[in-house]
Amino acid sequence: MSPATQTLIAANEASEHRPLIITLFALFVLATLGITIWAGRQTKDAADFYAGGRQFSAFQNGLAVSGDYMSAASFLGIAGAIAIFGYDGFLYSIGFLVAWLVALLLVAEPLRNSGRYTMGDVLAYRMRQRPVRTAAGTSTIVVSIFYLLAQMAGAGVLVSLLLGITSDAGKILIVALVGLLMIVYVSIGGMKGTTWVQMVKAVLLIGGTLLITFLVLLKFNFNISDLLGTAAENSGKGAAFLEPGLQYGATGTSKLDFISLGIALVLGTAGLPHILIRFYTVPNAKAARKSVNWAIGIIGAFYLMTIALGFGAAALISQDEIIASNPSGNTAAPLLALHLGGVDSAWGAILLATISAVAFATILAVVAGLTLASSSSFAHDIYANVIRRGKASGAEEVRAARWATVFIGIVSIGLGALARDLNVAGLVALAFAVAASANLPTILYSLFWKRFTTQGALWSIYGGLIVAVGLVLFSPVVSGDPKAMFPDVDFAWFPLKNPGIISIPFGFLMGWLGTVLSKEEPDVKKYAELEVRSLTGTGAH
Amino acid sequence: MATDAPPPSKEQHKLPSPEEFSEVQESAEFGELRRSYRSFAFPLTVAFIAWYLLYVLLSNYAGGFMGTKLFGNINIAFVLGVAQFITTFLIAWWYSKHAAAKLDPKAEAIKSRMEGGA
Repeated sequence: MSPATQTLIAANEASEHRPLIITLFALFVLATLGITIWAGRQTKDAADFYAGGRQFSAFQNGLAVSGDYMSAASFLGIAGAIAIFGYDGFLYSIGFLVAWLVALLLVAEPLRNSGRYTMGDVLAYRMRQRPVRTAAGTSTIVVSIFYLLAQMAGAGVLVSLLLGITSDAGKILIVALVGLLMIVYVSIGGMKGTTWVQMVKAVLLIGGTLLITFLVLLKFNFNISDLLGTAAENSGKGAAFLEPGLQYGATGTSKLDFISLGIALVLGTAGLPHILIRFYTVPNAKAARKSVNWAIGIIGAFYLMTIALGFGAAALISQDEIIASNPSGNTAAPLLALHLGGVDSAWGAILLATISAVAFATILAVVAGLTLASSSSFAHDIYANVIRRGKASGAEEVRAARWATVFIGIVSIGLGALARDLNVAGLVALAFAVAASANLPTILYSLFWKRFTTQGALWSIYGGLIVAVGLVLFSPVVSGDPKAMFPDVDFAWFPLKNPGIISIPFGFLMGWLGTVLSKEEPDVKKYAELEVRSLTGTGAH
Repeated sequence: MATDAPPPSKEQHKLPSPEEFSEVQESAEFGELRRSYRSFAFPLTVAFIAWYLLYVLLSNYAGGFMGTKLFGNINIAFVLGVAQFITTFLIAWWYSKHAAAKLDPKAEAIKSRMEGGA
């Protein structure tokens, strides 16, 4: 049987059981809409809308953080990257996890203690408000849009697998549906509703992954060495499949790309706005720390299971079939579910339907989290503090946030058509690179460097942002590669797919340079306030 | 400077004056809190990033070493990858232990004095 017919069978299998897939998905949507409406009724003021009333427990928030973090990139992207490139794909899992230590040790608690609703609260704390908030809002929205792009690509991929639709119209319809649901979730439910949606999704995702992992291990009698051996053999690449280098080892340039990716992964998490604002949903810094610990446990367990997902797919499905279904392997996890149940059996179709519904839920929830982060930042940083100069009432801010949600929803629907064949994990890694270049330097300097000035903050945010986005624009991700967003043109002169190795040091350098070349004196009184507050929680909201 | 700062939240905490903040920042007690936070978190951050980068570099430039099979099909690369997970869990646990024992009591003492007493 040729790989193409295999894939067709996957789609046919799916279409035979399409009512089941649609039912499962509709159940998730109905349940989460119910939660959203309930949460919407309880959302009375700005603290409710932005921070869910700050009353979530550390465990609840840890679960929600995990839900926000384990995106389509983790579930579809990493499984696909491992299924195709073997060991090299595993770097994502490791980097995505280790990154949490930066958040735990340096960022989560000080941020919780000194900010209110957004990342911009901390960045602008001791700076001139309007320029720094404008910068923080801009970078929040840019990072979130990169991340959204990846989620929408994942949604498109799922649709073509499940419904056998490859036409752009069909994909755009689904992407529009995702966008519409997300607008409803965020504008009605605010942070409270979104947090509950993340929790439900995290439980579903962990449950689905546990099930697949169990079934894979069962096939190999819980012998991981056997699993890896079969994966290596079935991949046609032998022992090399289990060693580093298949994806990145070919040339000096690709090795640099690997380092660049590695740095972006480990430094990106602590600069992701949609993750950072989660720490405002708990009562205090201690609870923020505990929620990171829960998240590290849950996320770590999940990423360990990506070994079973990725190598399991490589062991049980032919490479041709994986690649024919999606050139970057994004459908490996759902295909694995189908094969575990049996390609021609109802059980296989049920598993495929379940896992696909979980993947949809994952995408939907993460998209909601991202939209909340950008619309909060727009309303709180840009509208309330820049446009209205701090004179907007809480109700006005929330109204602005709701409108921003609608606007961002429409933008992301528009973007959804762009990224089709790119690996979803690779796309998310770009968001990580931008976050690590534009946000992390400013966060760290703000919290820990007494002399840091407004000019330093602006240079570092805009410098990191412009260089990171600029390098991506001229990289093989955008043009000059068969898998690029615009495969037919070639204006790529930057050879690396991930800009981190240049843009992250550049962001740090600009923050330092902007500060030492600054004519204004640092605001030492405000820094005293920020430092004491960030370490002790004095006056925290 | 402070005029365009966000308005106070509905949960009324009494925010101490700028002078009080400066005073506390220069106090020996706060200095000690800062030292026991920074002297723990900063070197540890450098260490785990170095350990992670070592792993990335080994993957890139020591392919032969990483491919050495230890038992069955489990090679050094796989073991080192899983070791990154384990060290992450351990560091998270260690930091939390340190924070609960050394940082929280100091931070709470300062906070309650500043919010209540002044």
